[in-house]
Amino acid sequence: MKRFVFLLMILLLVLSAFSAPSAADRPPRPGELFPDLDLPMPKNAAEKTYLGLTGEGSFSLGQVKAQVVILEIFSMYCPYCQKEAPQVNELFRAIETNPDSKGKIKVLGIGAGNSPFEVGMFKKTYAIPFPLIADEDLIFHHALGGVRTPYFLAVVIEKDKTARVIFSELGSMSGAKSFLKKIIELAGLK
Amino acid sequence: MAGMKTGVLLPAVMVSVLLGIPSGALGLSEAYRGDIFPVGILKPRDSQLKVRVGDPAPDFTLPALSGEKITLSRYKGGKNVVLSFIPAAWTPVCSDQWPGYNIIKELFEKHQAVLLGITVDNLPTLFAWTNQMGTLWFPVLSDFWPHGQVADRYGVLRSDGTAERTLVVIDKKGIIRYIDVHDINKRPRLETLVQELEKLER
Repeated sequence: MKRFVFLLMILLLVLSAFSAPSAADRPPRPGELFPDLDLPMPKNAAEKTYLGLTGEGSFSLGQVKAQVVILEIFSMYCPYCQKEAPQVNELFRAIETNPDSKGKIKVLGIGAGNSPFEVGMFKKTYAIPFPLIADEDLIFHHALGGVRTPYFLAVVIEKDKTARVIFSELGSMSGAKSFLKKIIELAGLK
Repeated sequence: MAGMKTGVLLPAVMVSVLLGIPSGALGLSEAYRGDIFPVGILKPRDSQLKVRVGDPAPDFTLPALSGEKITLSRYKGGKNVVLSFIPAAWTPVCSDQWPGYNIIKELFEKHQAVLLGITVDNLPTLFAWTNQMGTLWFPVLSDFWPHGQVADRYGVLRSDGTAERTLVVIDKKGIIRYIDVHDINKRPRLETLVQELEKLER
């Protein structure tokens, strides 16, 4: 029996080495590096342009052409995310109209447990102007600590393209304008 | 005996840890905070269907949250009907399924379909639970007493008295056109239901 357990452990360790990214037991905290996730490249040309990405396949958060990326983990099925959606749209508009943030801060959503169709329904229902990524198998959601939704993260993109977390909190951002002000300050954009 | 237990348990625990299977991390909404009862992973299916595609849908009358009683056959000749049986209030996957349907009213209307949400819970429980979801546009029906009678008539009542996570599509003639007794631990993909509604028009 002991030998069996030992062999199983070896087997599982080998398997786990191939199944990246691994699940985290908590979300990344401010000061920590954002996990290296292979996010699927948007199909839509306008979304690619917005994120400053080219090519096909996948991208990492550090490749986004911005100084800061605000990430919302949401679900089409989550009532609080539905309620928050107009606020996040307002955040996007506030970013685009403020010279301290325009072009420097980009917004991205990850639909936890949502299929591409479900993410599309959410985008259409609330006329969401920024890119949303479907995470149907909860791969990114698990890598980010299996958080409840909505969950907001902000990362600063360093010169070496690593992404460092500056904000990581559960629940409503409680007002688009004050949230943007907070992110601008945390990122030292002013 | 103790040794045997460890021998079986340890690998099982390691499998779940290494494969990253979370304990109820399904992208649950913050709306429910700590109010969702952790049910763990359940037997995917625990009942035997008593109806088939092509059968006339068994009629029923159930009390709705609104105070009225809703009879299935009232829609015959007028609307397609989607029955959404949910296992129980305050459980993980269920608490997210109806809020999703709540933002796609137009999609149901486009296919001349009404949605009826059904659980085996009593009305006070359904009231408190659905209050967390915002205002629902579709009727929520209580199949509480006689307990699970409608779920049982369709053959989707589980041995513990909860219902299967089931979608039934019934056309305007009252004929069952689609049944999905879904893995209770998972949420059905929205596109599958939409495709079935699209088929009704052909």
